Amino acid sequence: MSLPMITPMITPEVVAKVARLARLDLTPEELAITTTQLGDMLEHFGDIDKLDLDGIVPMTQPYPSKNVLRDDVIVLGLDRQEVLDNAPATEDGRFRVPPTIGFDA
Amino acid sequence: MATPSFPTVVGLVADIRSGTTTASAVLEAHLARIGERESDIHAFNLVAQDTARATAARIDADIASGKNCGPLAGVPIALKDNMCTRGVPTTCSSKILEGWKPPYDATVVTRLKQAGAVIVGKTNLDEFAMGSSTENSAFGPTRNPLDTSRVPGGSSGGSAAAVAAGFVAASFGSDTGGSIRQPAALCGVVGVKPTYGVVSRYGLVAFASSLDQIGPFARSVADAALLLEVIAGHDPLDSTSIPQPAPSLQGALTQGVKGMRIGRIVDLPEGCEPEVLARLEAAFDSLKAAGATIVDVALPSLSFGLTAYYLIAPAEASSNLARYDGVRYGMRVDAPELNAMYSATRGAGFGDEVKRRIMLGTYALSAGYYDAYYGKALKVRRIIADDFAKAYRACDAILTPTSPTVAFPFGSKTNDPLTMYLCDVFTIPSNLAGDAAMSVPFGTGAHGLPVGVQVLAPALGEQPMFRVAAELERAL
Repeated sequence: MSLPMITPMITPEVVAKVARLARLDLTPEELAITTTQLGDMLEHFGDIDKLDLDGIVPMTQPYPSKNVLRDDVIVLGLDRQEVLDNAPATEDGRFRVPPTIGFDA
Repeated sequence: MATPSFPTVVGLVADIRSGTTTASAVLEAHLARIGERESDIHAFNLVAQDTARATAARIDADIASGKNCGPLAGVPIALKDNMCTRGVPTTCSSKILEGWKPPYDATVVTRLKQAGAVIVGKTNLDEFAMGSSTENSAFGPTRNPLDTSRVPGGSSGGSAAAVAAGFVAASFGSDTGGSIRQPAALCGVVGVKPTYGVVSRYGLVAFASSLDQIGPFARSVADAALLLEVIAGHDPLDSTSIPQPAPSLQGALTQGVKGMRIGRIVDLPEGCEPEVLARLEAAFDSLKAAGATIVDVALPSLSFGLTAYYLIAPAEASSNLARYDGVRYGMRVDAPELNAMYSATRGAGFGDEVKRRIMLGTYALSAGYYDAYYGKALKVRRIIADDFAKAYRACDAILTPTSPTVAFPFGSKTNDPLTMYLCDVFTIPSNLAGDAAMSVPFGTGAHGLPVGVQVLAPALGEQPMFRVAAELERAL
């Protein structure tokens, strides 16, 4: 089966959707620049369509990774207070965040 | 341009151990140089003067009482500011990590402390190590000590500049697509990207996990070998760490290259400055004169590495950087709802290049585009790794330029991201393959600026790589 060709169709709507997926607020200026730059880059990246990739096994790691287990021995984790001290907001030993329900995503 | 000669790590270790000098005196000499030039160079995000002085004093006391203080006792070093240091701010040169003090040390930091190194400070970088010029730092650019109108390279530009300016005897960076080797070349120092898995990534802030590797910057090949021996070796805290002890490299330094087969790439990508190519030829001539055989090797896929890399690395980055959401560390921009808080925090906290790569990576991984982009890039990665494996059946190491050009002026590549990405064409392939690579200064090119020659070797080929690097250094 041959792979889909790289034919970038980068519109401001596509960029806005990707920004939403990436949880990234972009200003209108950033959105415009990103639309142009993303399109240019993906067009350049079309060079790999010259290669015959049929039957090539994808390579995700320099060498095959395998599950690594350790003995089930209790070791000290990070200091809780030291970790919480880094958070923008905490309450009763927990991270505090704004409400997650009752709003449209 | 003549590079001022500052003491080497090997020299300092011997002098401190023999009592010719002290760790404190060595530190003061380096702090004095920082005092003189740091305001021009901006190599550091943080200089930990007081802690460094306390460490040096403790090492001097230990040496006086006859204790063995480790292989780097009293050596002033710097760390790229993406390596976790417990209780000491680690910024990745990003606003989003504002105020963060890691609750643990990176394994490399632990090993350096155990080896007696004196940590002088944390060095500037392109935000989250994304860039080739250190112009993308939220705290302003680092300048090349050899010509302050030019970039030091990147992303580990602060670490390279700190060694070149004599601020520290050695430093450490991370290399995802050339971020150690390219700034090393542009600043005229030695820079090593070890084989993937030779150095622990525990505590290195992740950019692209299948490509990232920590390595040293040094003024000599022997220094780089010693530094790598200290930080390398299996670490149970990194599941991709190779379960082997650190390579022994000292023997390789004096072995010479007689009988070695050195690969010359026949289809080298275009775009190199003629002076850079002339230095590469001179390097081949030196190795030949020292008894090596030069063999032609074909790497037809080399130039496709750029595309594979700029799809794979942003894809991994978009996933790794999802953790910066204003909940557990760093800054937060308040909003009435959780998703709005995430998006506002990330929009305000990340710089342009980081946003660009998160967008590119998210796009390449998104439904409907995955096969056309990320999936294809992984196949190209396999082809490149296979091409290198084939080349290494005919040779023991390969020479290329490290960077197509010498250090370039500020702003000359910032308007077009693709032009900047082309800086990495020679360095990217060894990250994709997971192989060993290093840059060795080999004379000067245009404007009298340093040129680096890159020595590539197969995975776990650190010994042959250092044999070649040491020979190049001797030939200069």
